[in-house]
Amino acid sequence: MTIYKAPLDDLRFALFDVLGAEHTLTSLQGGEAHSRDLLDAVLEEAGRLSEQLLAPTNAPADAEGCRFDKAAHTVTTPKGFKEAFKAFAEGGWTGLTNPEAYGGQALPGVLGTATTEIFQSGNLAWSLYPLLSEGATHAMEQHGEEWQRERFMKPIVAGRWTGTMCLTEPQAGSDLGLLKTRAEPGAADAGGHPTYRISGTKIFISAGEHDLAENIVHLVLARLPDAPEGSRGISMFIVPKFKVGEDGSLGARNTVAAGAIEHKMGIHACSTCVMNFDGAEGYLIGKPHKGLAAMFTMMNAARLSVGVQGLALAERALQNSLNYARERLQSRALSGPKFPDKPADNLLVQPDVRRMLLTQRAFVEGSRALVLYTALQTDIEHRAIDEAARQKAGELVAFLIPIAKGMTTELAQECTKEALQIYGGHGYIAENGMEQFVRDARIITLYEGTTGIQAADLLGRKILQLQGVGARHFLQEIGAFCQQHGADASLRGLIGPLAAAAKEWSELTASLAKRVQANPEELGAAASDYLYYSGYVTLAYLWARSVAAAEAGSQSAAFKQAKRDTAAFYFARILPRTLVHKAAIEAGVATLPAID
Amino acid sequence: MKILVGYKRVVDYNVRIQVKPDGTGVVTDGVKLSANPFDDIALEEALRLREKGVAEEVVVVGIGPADLTAHLRNGLAMGANRAIHVVAADAVQPLTAARVFLKLVEKEQPGLVILGKQAIDDDANQTGQMLAALWDRPQATFASKVDIAGGKATVTREVDAGLEVIEAELPAVITTDLRLNEPRFIKLPDIMKAKSKPIDTIEFGSLGVEAHDHLKTTHYAAPAKRSKGVMVKDAAELVAALKQKGLL
Ligand SMILES: Cc1cc2nc3c(=O)[nH]c(=O)nc-3n(C[C@H](O)[C@H](O)[C@H](O)COP(=O)(O)OP(=O)(O)OC[C@H]3O[C@@H](n4cnc5c(N)ncnc54)[C@H](O)[C@@H]3O)c2cc1C
Ligand SMILES: Cc1cc2nc3c(=O)[nH]c(=O)nc-3n(C[C@H](O)[C@H](O)[C@H](O)COP(=O)(O)OP(=O)(O)OC[C@H]3O[C@@H](n4cnc5c(N)ncnc54)[C@H](O)[C@@H]3O)c2cc1C
Repeated sequence: MTIYKAPLDDLRFALFDVLGAEHTLTSLQGGEAHSRDLLDAVLEEAGRLSEQLLAPTNAPADAEGCRFDKAAHTVTTPKGFKEAFKAFAEGGWTGLTNPEAYGGQALPGVLGTATTEIFQSGNLAWSLYPLLSEGATHAMEQHGEEWQRERFMKPIVAGRWTGTMCLTEPQAGSDLGLLKTRAEPGAADAGGHPTYRISGTKIFISAGEHDLAENIVHLVLARLPDAPEGSRGISMFIVPKFKVGEDGSLGARNTVAAGAIEHKMGIHACSTCVMNFDGAEGYLIGKPHKGLAAMFTMMNAARLSVGVQGLALAERALQNSLNYARERLQSRALSGPKFPDKPADNLLVQPDVRRMLLTQRAFVEGSRALVLYTALQTDIEHRAIDEAARQKAGELVAFLIPIAKGMTTELAQECTKEALQIYGGHGYIAENGMEQFVRDARIITLYEGTTGIQAADLLGRKILQLQGVGARHFLQEIGAFCQQHGADASLRGLIGPLAAAAKEWSELTASLAKRVQANPEELGAAASDYLYYSGYVTLAYLWARSVAAAEAGSQSAAFKQAKRDTAAFYFARILPRTLVHKAAIEAGVATLPAID
Repeated sequence: MKILVGYKRVVDYNVRIQVKPDGTGVVTDGVKLSANPFDDIALEEALRLREKGVAEEVVVVGIGPADLTAHLRNGLAMGANRAIHVVAADAVQPLTAARVFLKLVEKEQPGLVILGKQAIDDDANQTGQMLAALWDRPQATFASKVDIAGGKATVTREVDAGLEVIEAELPAVITTDLRLNEPRFIKLPDIMKAKSKPIDTIEFGSLGVEAHDHLKTTHYAAPAKRSKGVMVKDAAELVAALKQKGLL
């Protein structure tokens, strides 16, 4: 059994001290009520719910997994999932960020990001059911017609139904332009809305079938008969498991069903389904052939949430490995016994164990600042009063998403590995719960766009195609920060290296852009290393900001010292990883010869 | 009927209590504070009585410093109709708390006062009993089941010998035990609604209650560390060892 305590102090620190979220949020449209005390109360209660209702189910649900009934095509989720989902829905959490007009709470996105971390730490596999639903509601919010929102979105917001995202097919994963599922125009339904018959097979559909809700609304990418080839010929459809009457009542079973569930490495308690669509009745959502673009407008939110999953797993793994290191007595300190009355010292006396703990802490708290920073920019993008501020925030978000998703999920691999390592052989034993974190973490660098795809998005689209507009805003912000704090004694040792790294980052970007212009293959050769490089500099900035915030904050002396120590560790021992990535970027495509 | 509920803020039950280096108290700076678990149960019970139609109004009462507001909002978010904040900079001892409650009882005229049987900070287990005596009304302490009908409370009490059922004429004081109920999770819309529910503030000094401290704290110290255990071969040796220590 592993423990979990919601890290409310650090969440508050990141939100209010580092990011100044209260000031920002209360100045946005519709944000008058979003004061600190309200946000605090929501965080508290999310913590209580996760600690009491979700965290205890994490290990047993992993062992139990989901069960598939072949004859009935139904999935049974593990014990406790239904009850937790019911409490979650009744508490209003399913509609945290949705507009009030559809039954939501209209709370800020950044608060949603913070509570999502808390729920995902409690039980990642469970949290995917509401997460997919949230994605579906945002798609309908942005692209649906009013009657579609009334009929299909409201029940999801209320937590009576759930949603899915059906993109992937066997031959179409990263490259959705290859997808084959067809949509044929059908008759109008009783209310006069045109219907379509959807046919094809989708794979790897999270929450595709389960027993948590009365109905499931699938958002499906498919091709209309006259569709152009490739990604320009994809449309999005609403396909409910049970057809829904004009009055919202559940009707006949639609011809979409789960054909199987996957047996997989982690997130055992989330049903990953093969979904067969056999002339299933659906409705077009958004414009014909614009489905992929529509899907992409909400991709940012989905990718950010997956980044948060990395943080969530790493946080819980850190809490447990720190406890273990404190309690496990093994070996003596190199300079002589620290606990002479005990048979051995605890693991904390070992510098190498502290290295593993500080690595985790630097990545967990750094990632937390990064995802919350990005989420707050999303709120500004959507609700700032000033048009220019909205545009700038949107550009920053576009730039930061591949870093927040790609970097945070990859760092979570390292964090969960180190956490397991601290347990020694006991980390490898299922009963202790650490290997589950390693297994569960493995999916997050794959779905919602693999790390390779994030890297290509960052370098190819955000830097080269969009001419680095978001990167420029971000580098300017770092420059301004360095200038403002250049004379602070407390930030000595941080500002110099940060300013140097920022300068090197922009030079490296400029020279790389030139090389890609000469040979497009250079993009693919540099992308991953460029993602890591960018990620490490981004975290350096956020760590420096964290120290500045801690110096000015009202936290305990121990809290502040931990921030200083972790930042110093990060700058001395982690930031230099940029040297390796820079070398790899400069080595170019010539060092990646053809393989056959 | 109106129900007054005691709603005290204490160091969270998960926190490992640490004594201040100078021995003047326990560390509360930067430490998580939450509602006394017994008080959460008291509030839950009051809310259930209101939901059953037995009561119309539930009022949570906190005695403490100015920053107690967020804590009281929590009680309002859970469902209380309003809150009373008795502003007192220093912690009050049970008799003082009981006198404060008496003043509020005189003013509010509740049909029922529900308090926790004790607070997990000083574990005094006295306030409810003292209030009942000062108010000269019946008390039903350590409740694990409460039924209200016909102007009477039928209360199952957890006592050393097991369970005991008693009846108390209302108005009365009930104190809660852990098994009475399981407090609900707070709903998001209720957190927002709580922002606009009223909190009456009353200065402690204005109540005319004398803060008389019957207990004097000389100093705080952590319990002595447990010394290493001794392994015994068998039961006979265990009995001998216990006898030698004068424990048998
Ligand atoms: C547990 C689980 C849950 C999932 N949930 C959902 C869901 O709910 N809905 C849904 O639609 N899908 C879902 N997926 C599918 C997931 O999004 C895909 O697996 C993912 O997009 C990768 O596609 P693929 O598996 O076909 O890999 P491929 O696309 O075949 O990629 C294989 C490798 O090649 C690399 N690669 C491919 N193309 C490029 C390129 N252009 N540049 C650089 N590298 C490249 C990739 O980075 C990767 O390393 C889920 C998958 C799993 C395992
Ligand atoms: C599947 C499996 C098979 C095994 N097979 C065998 C077997 O056949 N025979 C057998 O005898 N054992 C076996 N083991 C035990 C294995 O060798 C031990 O688990 C291993 O030696 C680590 O010891 P530990 O688990 O007690 O970890 P610990 O010693 O408690 O170490 C915990 C952590 O602290 C670190 N640490 C501890 N001391 C120091 C130090 N002085 N300096 C720096 N860091 C330190 C470690 O590096 C580790 O990260 C097996 C274990 C497993 C899981």
